[in-house]
Amino acid sequence: MTLLELDEVKVHFPVRRGILFDRTVGHVYAVDGVSLSVSAGQTYGLVGESGCGKTTLGRAVLRLNEITSGRVVFDGTDLAALPAEEMRRARRRLQMVFQDPLGSLNPRQNIESVLAEGMAAHGLGADRAERRAKILEILDRVGLPAGSLSRYPHEFSGGQRQRIGIARALVLEPDLVICDEPVSALDVSIQAQVLNLLEELQDSLGLTYLVIAHDLAVVRHISDVIGVMYLGSLVEEAPSDALYSDPRHPYTRALMSAVPVPDPEVEDTRERILLRGDLPSPAGPPAGCRFHTRCPWRQPERCATERPELTDVGGGHRVACHYAAEIAEGTLRPNRELAPPILHQPGTLTGFEAEAAEAAAEPGAAAGPEAGPGGPPDGGPGQGPQPLIP
Amino acid sequence: MTTKTEKLDRLAELTTRTESTAGGSLWREALRRLRRSKMALIGAVIMAVFVVVAIVGPWIAPYDPTDQTWRDEVLVNHAQFVGPRGGNWLGLDHLGRDELSRMLVGTRQTLLVGVVSTLLGFAVGALTGGISGAALAFGGRAGRRLDTVLMRLIDMMLALPSLLLAVSVAAIMGQSLTTVMIAVGVVQIPVFARLLRGSMLAQAGADYVLAARSLGVRRRRIVLAHVLPNSLGPVIVQATLALATAIIEAAALSYLGLGNPDASQPEWGVMLAQAQRFFDAAPMMAVYPAVGIIVTSLGFTLLGEAMREALDPKLRS
Amino acid sequence: MPLLSVDELTVTFTGHGAPDVAAVCGVSFQVDESQVVGLVGESGCGKSVTSLALMGLLPQRGVRIGGRAEFDGTDLLRLRQARLRDLRGSQLAMIFQDPLSSLNPVVPIGVQVTEILSRHRGLRGSAARKEAAELLDRVGIPDPTRRLKEYPHQLSGGMRQRALIAMAVACAPRLLIADEPTTALDVTIQAQILELLKELVDQQGTALLMITHDLGVVAGLCDRVNVLYAGKVVEAADRRPLFAEAAHPYAHGLLGSIPRLDAPRGERLRPIRGSINDRIDWGDGCAFAPRCDFSTEECLDGGLPLTLLPGREAHRVRCVHPVAAAPGDGAGDGPGNAGNGPGNTAGNDPGNTAENTAEGSPGENPEGDAAETTEATS
Repeated sequence: MTLLELDEVKVHFPVRRGILFDRTVGHVYAVDGVSLSVSAGQTYGLVGESGCGKTTLGRAVLRLNEITSGRVVFDGTDLAALPAEEMRRARRRLQMVFQDPLGSLNPRQNIESVLAEGMAAHGLGADRAERRAKILEILDRVGLPAGSLSRYPHEFSGGQRQRIGIARALVLEPDLVICDEPVSALDVSIQAQVLNLLEELQDSLGLTYLVIAHDLAVVRHISDVIGVMYLGSLVEEAPSDALYSDPRHPYTRALMSAVPVPDPEVEDTRERILLRGDLPSPAGPPAGCRFHTRCPWRQPERCATERPELTDVGGGHRVACHYAAEIAEGTLRPNRELAPPILHQPGTLTGFEAEAAEAAAEPGAAAGPEAGPGGPPDGGPGQGPQPLIP
Repeated sequence: MTTKTEKLDRLAELTTRTESTAGGSLWREALRRLRRSKMALIGAVIMAVFVVVAIVGPWIAPYDPTDQTWRDEVLVNHAQFVGPRGGNWLGLDHLGRDELSRMLVGTRQTLLVGVVSTLLGFAVGALTGGISGAALAFGGRAGRRLDTVLMRLIDMMLALPSLLLAVSVAAIMGQSLTTVMIAVGVVQIPVFARLLRGSMLAQAGADYVLAARSLGVRRRRIVLAHVLPNSLGPVIVQATLALATAIIEAAALSYLGLGNPDASQPEWGVMLAQAQRFFDAAPMMAVYPAVGIIVTSLGFTLLGEAMREALDPKLRS
Repeated sequence: MPLLSVDELTVTFTGHGAPDVAAVCGVSFQVDESQVVGLVGESGCGKSVTSLALMGLLPQRGVRIGGRAEFDGTDLLRLRQARLRDLRGSQLAMIFQDPLSSLNPVVPIGVQVTEILSRHRGLRGSAARKEAAELLDRVGIPDPTRRLKEYPHQLSGGMRQRALIAMAVACAPRLLIADEPTTALDVTIQAQILELLKELVDQQGTALLMITHDLGVVAGLCDRVNVLYAGKVVEAADRRPLFAEAAHPYAHGLLGSIPRLDAPRGERLRPIRGSINDRIDWGDGCAFAPRCDFSTEECLDGGLPLTLLPGREAHRVRCVHPVAAAPGDGAGDGPGNAGNGPGNTAGNDPGNTAENTAEGSPGENPEGDAAETTEATS
């Protein structure tokens, strides 16, 4: 059963200038047409790098950011169309866990007050005693001692603060919990505690999660379905295992190959795809495929002009790339001219180098633009590696 | 196993002991840090002396501050003044009144002007700034308009030189104690308004406000229970600093002859203003009230600075 | 002879009024020419303080530094400030986590780079500018002549870190200290920067001291790894043995608590319980004992040196009960361990997982948070 469905959701932030009167001089296309659905009891993981719009999208579901267009259907109702007061009441069923455990807690509120606030806002619990009983139950569930009630956020450790944040969401008995980078501010050993806690709570309370994170390993660990975002839109969506074993979109491949694995055997042998340059600004996203400026597989015409749709390739695997099939078959090779100069170092990038060498041998396949953007890369094919200091 | 747990318990105890001073709300903790600060202690002592003298001044003054008891001994035209002596520790003023009594009794008036005008500036300023900040942060498009209007008004007040503003108010309303207080208070309004608005906007962007919104907390409660209490710190500090400025400002008004015309109530600013005429012959007459103003201002400033440090979340251990 | 040899480094912060805090207590390690050595640990383990002490960048007042740090025969810790300044930039260089705050915001990148070139290599005018442009080009900054005129805020995070690396390598230093150089960056950018650092080491023979919390970065980059906990090296080994057979329960637990991209889904993580407690002076005892499943009384008695594991060449560990099994197998048996809190270690055991599920957190958390709780209890 689908609990949450997003339909072409767009969030554009106006860029305002002017002293006396606001004048809109442009837009930041933070989220630019995202459609996805989250099944009840499941975990949907949204992954992407900073600036890809994943946090904005998560907030848009709760309408903490106003939605420019599109529909957010939660359990049959379109949240985007609700009047403010009804939206406020609807928030009981959709809760959020924030990235910064300390920053998301009011420093002047003790824990009881933090946890009781939501209940008071929604009229839950008949009296103080009943609320307190509920709060104690939740505290126990998230593994905090009952003595925490009268303490203040700054008296807790990072992991405990995140537990408080989780308790604050759960005390309202929500159906959907949006976890925005729930562990990225925590130390590694604490991350595992919180991830396990989230999983346990899901099992025992039947929660649905929308987990937003930049760390693909974390998302893969916790999610049933993963959506990969790039510059405001989904580029690929697949069940967790399928995404890992068979990434289709060039960006997903690059992302996957860039995530360090704590295992030297894996690190030394796997293929690495390095991307050229940085993320373009969401205020002026590139035309056509958003990724074409950095894509090693980019083709001359179509990629720069036509925006690829998210299309199903079977098994609930959706990908937004014109050439996904060709890339998967291996008929399309990455263009080495589009890789950063650093790539040109034999040995470290075995897989990629081999492919690129083959590509260079086949004149037909290497039909990409001859000179990459930003001038000819130094240390080109024939020159070999250059010392950094002569 | 048991000895191990005992050992761990002991270590745990060690931690709790070092932290036993911590705990409690932020205000309480700020107070604790304030108590440890030397700056705050000196400031508080000065302030306490000032307030006590302001209250009991009329009773401990040796003479009536308005009585020209030794009028014959002071010959203004011949530049003959009376300095400190056995019966009059600080000497006499130009009308033969006891300088010490005038200083002691004048404390009350000075404090009154400082406190009332600061309260006035604080109340009006914080109200304007608070409305403006809340409107901009949570009021949508209409709120943005309201904020723009209010802030342009405040900017206009800020653009006028403060003394000129006070002089204008005094000129419009005529000379009286109330005028002085209002004039000095009005000058403080923009500072408080700007400060609270800025502080509220910063807090409105904080994650815990977003968290409260996501909980479904009503806007009014978010402003009053979350944003406002966390924004007040700098404004309260500013109030202590403003108290010092207010006393000096009131003195300046008196000096310009726009002060309280009621001669029956001595006030340090008025005393300073009168003493300037005889500065060549009797400089001490100006030094006493000047030192009084400087020391009390210093006291408030020290306390204000110490509070700023105590409330600074960055310094929180 | 190693290029850098740190011996029993201690750093103690002595704030007035507050009790002394030992941030680093007896850290020893070596860095050879063109070797990449990692200092790994979580926040508060003393890894950054170690690097700052080596660079002489700790404040003069309120800090007590002990031990030795010999760089090419000279003790860095006892060097005069002026001499150290000469050494920094020319032979020693450092890059930081936050490139924006390490660059002067009001000076163009070009001026900041040429400054170093003129100070340490005596280049002036157009020669310095040409060299600066070449440096930026080599670290992969496109259009370097234009970038030289730009200010730090005009560059992206990755570009800034590249610029910083360009400045660090401007004088071909023999040792580069990198303090969390990629933590603030996105993964695809992180991959670029790590590749750049690798290239630097391979081609220039620069030794690299890599300070990081990310075991994944260590796995791909470092030749030798030192794991720090509460200001001490708890395990030191070459890369492969460390990841294959971590012997200290902390290192072992850390590996078990990282979600791995290549791990099959559905496997529960095996977290370390509690959190680090850096407010207690642990003296000679093991600071990890309260969080350790194998801890016994001897662990707190202390005095345990970093000892060579039997039958190993360069694998040292500071533990009374080193873990014998490999981290991947899910058993995690210590030799002296008998039923001492299996809740955390045996994550693969289906029975145990079910128990955790049924009871929610109480299966592990009340006990697990004991150390965390004491930290907050007052």
